[in-house]
Formats: sequence, C-alpha cells, structure tokens
Amino acid sequence: MDRAAIIGIGMTKIEKNKVRDTFADMVWEAVNSALDDAGMTINDIDNVITTSSDFWDGRTISCMAVGDASGAAHKNVSCVEGDGTYGAFYGMTRSLSGSYKTTLVTGHSKGSQSVSSLITNSAFDPIYERELGMDMITACAMQANSYMHRTKTTPEQMAMVSVKNHGNAFKNPVAQLPMKISVDDVLKSEMIADPLHKLDCSPVSDGCCAIIIAHESVAAKFKQKPVWVKGVSFCADSFFFGDRDISRAKSLTRAAKNAYAMAGINDPKSEIDVAEIYDAFTYQELMWLEEMGLANDAAAGKLLEKGEFNMEGRLPVNASGGLLSGHPVIAAGLYSMSEVVKQIRGDAGEHQVKKAKTGLVQGVNGLGGQSHCVWILDKDK
Amino acid sequence: MSDKFKGIEPMVYNSKINVPYSWWAGDTATKFFISLRDEKKIIAPRCTGCKKIFLPPRKVCPECFNENTEWVNVSDEGTVQSYTIARRHLESIPKNKKVPVIWGLIKLDGADTALLHYLDDVRPEDVKIGMRVKAVFADSRKGTIRDISHFQPVKSRV
Ligand SMILES: [Zn+2]
Repeated sequence: MDRAAIIGIGMTKIEKNKVRDTFADMVWEAVNSALDDAGMTINDIDNVITTSSDFWDGRTISCMAVGDASGAAHKNVSCVEGDGTYGAFYGMTRSLSGSYKTTLVTGHSKGSQSVSSLITNSAFDPIYERELGMDMITACAMQANSYMHRTKTTPEQMAMVSVKNHGNAFKNPVAQLPMKISVDDVLKSEMIADPLHKLDCSPVSDGCCAIIIAHESVAAKFKQKPVWVKGVSFCADSFFFGDRDISRAKSLTRAAKNAYAMAGINDPKSEIDVAEIYDAFTYQELMWLEEMGLANDAAAGKLLEKGEFNMEGRLPVNASGGLLSGHPVIAAGLYSMSEVVKQIRGDAGEHQVKKAKTGLVQGVNGLGGQSHCVWILDKDK
Repeated sequence: MSDKFKGIEPMVYNSKINVPYSWWAGDTATKFFISLRDEKKIIAPRCTGCKKIFLPPRKVCPECFNENTEWVNVSDEGTVQSYTIARRHLESIPKNKKVPVIWGLIKLDGADTALLHYLDDVRPEDVKIGMRVKAVFADSRKGTIRDISHFQPVKSRV
C-alpha cells in the first residue's frame, strides 16, 4: 500500500471564549500556521477536508462556511461531521487515492457560543430517548458507573487523571486550563452527575486545528520532517446505549487491534512511546487505555497511581494536558494528532517526552464512545 | 492586534435556533407505543436470525442485518445495568423535573438489550447496579416513551 505522512500542523490557542474570533478567523489562523509549518503555500494544497458539526456551529452546511478561510475555492472540498481524526482519516484516503497528493484537514468548534447540554441532548434518539433529558455528561456518568462497577476503579484514581493532565498543561502553551490541583480538590468539586465531579469533566472550549497530509511521493518535497502514518483504523459500535456493554468499548478494541496490525506492532505496551487519549472525562483515559491493550484489564488506575502515565513514566499519556485541559469538540482529535506529531519531531518544547519514536492518537465520537479512530504515527517510514 | 478592541465591547449576535420538527415515529415505534398506550404492555421485536429481542424496538437487527418481523411480550420488570444521578439542573433536563434526576439503563426480563428511562420512588443513595425495578405506567398515556412514567424498585415479596 502507498504511504502517507503528516507534513504540517497549525492551531490556535485553546480558550474558554474566543469572543473576538469568528469560525473563519480561527480557521485562517490555524491554516496559515500549518502552511508555514510545512513550508507550503495554499497553491501546494490539492484538496481540502473541513470538519465541523452543524449543531455546534448553529448553522447548516457549517463546513462550507469556512471554505474561504481554508483556501478551498476552486478545489475539491468535502466535509466530515465527527471528530477531527475522522476528517484526517478521510483526508489521508484522498492523499492516497491517486487523485490528490496533498490534503489540508481542518477542524473547528466554539463551545462558548451555545449550550453544550442541549446540543448533546440532540444526539439521543428523538423517538425513544431525547425527551428524557440526558446529555453527554449524564451518558458518560452512566458509563463511568458501569466501568467502575466492573473494574473496581476508584474515584480517587479517576481524580488522579485530572490532577496529572491539568498539571501537564502548564508546559503546553496552547492549553486552556493548566491547574495545580489535588485529588481532594477534584473530589470536593461540585458533583454534576454521579460519579462525575466538575473536575472529572473537560471544560467548554473554542479552537481550530489544521494538519496537512501528503502522499509519500511528495512528503519530503517541503521543509518539514514527515511524520509517517504507520497504522490507522476507525470502528463504530451500535447506536443505542443499551445494545452495548457500556463498561467496555468493543469498537475501540477492534480499531486499536487493526491499527497495531497495520503498523506491525505486536506488543503495544512496549512499542508505543507516547499517547494522546480522548480524556473528555477522567474515567475515559483509564478505560480507553485498557480497551486498547495499553494497560491490563481493570489495571489502569493502579498503573496511574504508580506514575506509569506521567511525563517521565513508562508511557506518557496526554503530555499536552489532554482534553481535560481544553476540549474544542470536533477539533480535539486534530489537536491530539498535532501533539503527537510535535513529540515525534522533537518539537514539543517544555513538554517534550524523553523517547517519542512511535505515538498513538485516539479520537472519539458519539455518546459514551460509540465510535473510535486510532492512529499510529512514527518517525520512521 | 487585540489593541484595536481596547475599551470596545465585541459585537455579539444573539439568536435562538428553534425549528418546529415532527419526526415520523415509523411503523415499529408506532406499534410499540400503541401497546403501551392502550394495553400497558411492553412489546419488542425479535430477530428471526439470532433470536435477540430488542428494546428500544427497531426494525433491523444490527448483528444479522435482518428485518425483525416477530413481536413478543417482555416483562415490565427488569434489572438496572447502570444509572446516573444528575445533581445539577443541566439544561437538557425538562423544566418540570426537579434534581436529583435519576436515569437507569434497564434490561427488562425477556429482552436482550437495555432501555434508558427514569428511576424514581427511590432514594438516590439506594440506587445500585443490579437492583430490580418495575415499570410504572402514566395515568394519562399519549403514545410516547413517557407512557411509562418511570421505573421503581420492585417491592420485596415476603
Ligand atoms: Zn439478529
């Protein structure tokens, strides 16, 4: 199979409220910074994928509205509604299609402009579920209870994820919410929906991220060191919550296995150097690690206590501060990919981890992780 | 760059998206809702392939890619698979509900998948995974999921 590489990344700072930026303003900033990073001009971009959600943007055909700022005029531009990693997946297939060599992928959202609870309530089935009034937080709280019940993970272990990631964020200049907090601070923060306290939940955020994916034939043509896509897989589970064992993420396990196989990884625990995991809620970092085989079943909480997922640990997880320190929905997965690209290039500055040859990125969409996209990125082709 | 806005309030356009929308419930949900409304009976479709019984009812088996054509009665009692308790009045919660609001994922006896609904007539601290609950039907039923008012703990029989 032909190979693809990420040759440019760019992003805005993640903020609570970018009141002075429109969607297009954010896209303009991220796209220009990705082009600069790659040493490209917009004329070097063959086609464009934008990633957004109409409900979050408050308008229909939301992706098209940022076409100008993405330099998409007169080009083939297509839209993906989902996490940024899904936009990147589609972008990569286009770069490998033979029709295009370079694809610009953008993802943006502004949580500050609407009411997340009402937007995510709309993800529930309108006939059977929506009027019961659940949203993403309550759906994930239900999943957290189920996960804790099965694995005996404790509220203290979950709180430690928040402590670690908010602490890591101090060293990442684009993170929104660096915080020096204790386990006690998390446990004493407002209980929003049992068992999730306020500090178990990611904040409302604004931001845009852009990446450039190139076919191998042009990957070395520009100024940046290519970071190679070694493996990638995208799997979805049943829509209805009650069809799944929500203490598990079968589609994630499958996506990770596929991605490892494609990358030739036999022992992910020892072969992955750095990971950005979708920690929209504290329990998710632990649960997703287990479901991807990066921790033994029901063991992630204990490994976290031992410091294995710290910056200096066996497998640094969310060295960027993760989504707990800034969660621009939709754009999130592209931020995670960019973070791992920085780590692999050795460009992560103060939050650079010691060894970063092979990195893993996970993107999520749907209630309680209905679908997952797993990427294995590598310094070597 | 930010200086040009110094002392100036940024312009914000306030709006509200409110589009009336009527979802056709479909023949599968319609059959289920009529049974709730007229007979206080919970019925569910069964896949002719894997024999799984689905709640909420749907026309296609996600595993077999078969059309579910048989219908069976399921019990109004079941087991709580998971739950959560909202302590804050999140915007998604209907205005007339007072917190704490408790939702359960309930696997009714006879069904293979679990249904989301309210748990009530129970103290939040008494809700547990694995607890047995029973449907309480609404007095006035209109053919919606709220024809079941909520689920309550099964009274222990002596
Ligand atoms: Zn079947």
